[in-house]
Amino acid sequence: MKINSIDPRVNRSKIDPEKKFEEAKELDQWQTFEVFQQIKRGMHHQHVGCVHAPSPEIAFLFAKEQYARRGQCVNIWVVKSSDVFATEYEDADIFDSAPEKFHRDPSTYKVMDRIQAFKERQKS
Amino acid sequence: MNISEKGFFAIKEMLYKIADDQLILGHRNSEWTGLGPVLEEDIAFSSMAQDKIGHSLAMYEILSQMGESDPDTIAFMRNDDQFHCCHLVEYPIGEYEFSLMRHFFFDMAEAIRFEMLANSTFEPLAMVARKIKGEIKYHTMHAQIWINQLGAATEESNLRMQKALNETFPLALGIFEPGTHEEILAEEGIFEGEKALQDKWLQLVTPILEKAGLQVPSISSITPSYGGRFGSHTPHLQPMLEEMTEVFRIDPSAEW
Repeated sequence: MKINSIDPRVNRSKIDPEKKFEEAKELDQWQTFEVFQQIKRGMHHQHVGCVHAPSPEIAFLFAKEQYARRGQCVNIWVVKSSDVFATEYEDADIFDSAPEKFHRDPSTYKVMDRIQAFKERQKS
Repeated sequence: MNISEKGFFAIKEMLYKIADDQLILGHRNSEWTGLGPVLEEDIAFSSMAQDKIGHSLAMYEILSQMGESDPDTIAFMRNDDQFHCCHLVEYPIGEYEFSLMRHFFFDMAEAIRFEMLANSTFEPLAMVARKIKGEIKYHTMHAQIWINQLGAATEESNLRMQKALNETFPLALGIFEPGTHEEILAEEGIFEGEKALQDKWLQLVTPILEKAGLQVPSISSITPSYGGRFGSHTPHLQPMLEEMTEVFRIDPSAEW
């Protein structure tokens, strides 16, 4: 039996449709690397996703094309996912009361009128 | 810029071969799209293939401004004997190691060629050379990192890379087939020449391959695959052109 595809590349590849593939072993693939991208010098690197790769160099190659082929980028970090220390979701209650502590949120400080007044004084 | 009439023809000949190499290899490499070995590599290789076609467009646009047809007509309406690409770029994609080794040899030559052209007296070309420098740099990084990885990874990967190297090496030497106007190009400061390029290329690729555990054949023992620059091609080119232009030829006047 021959494969008859509308894609000529598939026909050329001489795939045997009868061939049985071994079932993939669990985790039979490369480790993952977390990708961090910097849009402008001096800005923070931001986490943008991950890639599978056998080495940090190849992770960089993939990260560049997966995440930085459109838009601006000046620098990329790749970090083995297994090297990231992460909190457990069962401990998420440590963050619970944070939204209530709005006194820690500087947006509640009413200082703009005093800054304006200072600027006016500097001008005159 | 002060380029003679002879220089003008020499430039056209040079642009055709550079652009045809980029177009044909760009199309060949794009044949991996959706069939690549892993998802991330599939995307990276496809993206570079697209860059190559973009580079050929930049070259065909310069040719257009020099009085040749518009880029689409040049790219899609010629038969194989009107193409000036080298044999290396025409071959089918083969196994992935063949495509990787071809990509390594070709892009290392491309990087040096455009570094030389960045100082060309022919300003439109020098401008493009400076503009695409970063893209070609990434292509060479991609190629080198893979050569390094697979040259030394396992016995199987080393053997397969070595076999790909032996197959592609005589074809790669065909990149540097001298043109008919080498002297004029050099005299007028347009391009130093294929011989100079080949010497620089060999100096650059040899230590990288050796470090990856691969043997580079002695250049004196190899017959380069010449003829492509003068329209004499392998039987692989014409069927590829027919596939590449199939849709365009249905209605060449269609607006895309």
